[in-house]
Amino acid sequence: MAAESVSDRLVGLLTVRGEDLGAEWSDKVAGSLGGRVSRAEVQRELKEIYTALVAALAEGGMDGRGEAFGEVRALLTELSRNRAHQGFTPTETAVSVFALKEVLEPALSGDDSDLQAYLKFSTLLDTLGLFTMEVYTRTREELISAQAEQLLELSTPVVKLWDGVIGVPLVGTLDSARTMVVMEKMLQALIDTGSEQAIIDITGVPAVDTEVAQHLLKTVVAARLMGAECTISGIRPQIAQTIVALGINFGDIVTKATLADALRHALRRSGLTLSRTAPQAGAR
Amino acid sequence: MNGASSASQTLEITANAGVVQARQRVRALAQQCRFSLVEQTKLITAASELARNTLIHGGGGTMTGGLVEERGRRGVRLVFDDRGPGIPDVDLALTDGWTSGAGMGLGLSGSKRLVDEFLLETVPGQGTTVTVTKWAR
Ligand SMILES: Nc1ncnc2c1ncn2[C@@H]1O[C@H](COP(=O)(O)OP(=O)(O)O)[C@@H](O)[C@H]1O
Ligand SMILES: [Mg+2]
Repeated sequence: MAAESVSDRLVGLLTVRGEDLGAEWSDKVAGSLGGRVSRAEVQRELKEIYTALVAALAEGGMDGRGEAFGEVRALLTELSRNRAHQGFTPTETAVSVFALKEVLEPALSGDDSDLQAYLKFSTLLDTLGLFTMEVYTRTREELISAQAEQLLELSTPVVKLWDGVIGVPLVGTLDSARTMVVMEKMLQALIDTGSEQAIIDITGVPAVDTEVAQHLLKTVVAARLMGAECTISGIRPQIAQTIVALGINFGDIVTKATLADALRHALRRSGLTLSRTAPQAGAR
Repeated sequence: MNGASSASQTLEITANAGVVQARQRVRALAQQCRFSLVEQTKLITAASELARNTLIHGGGGTMTGGLVEERGRRGVRLVFDDRGPGIPDVDLALTDGWTSGAGMGLGLSGSKRLVDEFLLETVPGQGTTVTVTKWAR
């Protein structure tokens, strides 16, 4: 019976001045978000939560993880996810829940039953605040791994350099996951563009160890199976010396110091010759 | 007595991210030691090989790295340590192209050529410790 009277007392406290408390809560939260969410939007969000909270308390629940608070948690989940997506900090997100404590405090009469009720309410809001943080963290993690995947896609563009010649500029570390993406994209581009020459440029790869070398070799072999030839370009002096010391043998794969050299080579292999003509008079 | 200097730091290598971190840590050390770009790249590549061996063959372990000074020379010393299966035949493992798995079999022998000092201690069934040092020119 005790728990029931506490929640009844809380329902009383929260409904008697319901409008005022709700408005004050919205003001506090909107203020803490520094205008990055409109006051009207905050009011709408919090009014729904406020209503659901009072309803859950009226049902007699005091357990934030209990069934009665299902609706409250669903609304808090939406709020946390929104805040995480909008780039708010964990504190700015949790404040939405904790600010309600401050708002309720001045409404207390000071008698024992109010104090009892406030302590229980405080515990309940702590539970709901933690729940909000869990959802926030999970959302951020989802965002980060989605971005990592996007970056993987972004950082491996395949470009058409000439009719029949595609280029794959690699930047950063080549691990197994990225090599898969690179290989797939390159083989697809060979088909899509009807190219028979591919240039893999490793100017942006900081170090070539045996794993990277193995990945490169596999990519070249796969291209050959499709009737295409690969040239590896952008082998800087420090990379060349390291490859030699490691003992890696690129076999009959053509390697070039610069992308320009590789392009000239690829064009020649596809039957094109470049010749320099004397500059015309007046041309710059 | 083959540990790195007192200011050395230890890094866990228990996943691929550990190998990436090892490379970054070694790059910072090599730059602190004012290695040339070639020397830096060689040491980072050796560290990459040894860290991956620690992870793949040793089942995970640690890299301890730091700056060392000896007889007026400055250098970087790295210790790769694991409690894995150990290496039963060291000579075979150090043979160019020999691998017990699906690698190129050049990591151990190649990294030996990329550094100035290379010490391999291993006890079958107990683990492997590889200590490498590279001096600034
Ligand atoms: N830390 C280690 N623990 C156990 N075995 C190792 C370790 N490092 C290397 N080895 C053994 O030595 C062999 C050669 O190593 P390495 O030259 O790096 O070639 P790879 O890693 O390509 O197999 C490995 O295949 C493995 O059997
Ligand atoms: Mg290896």
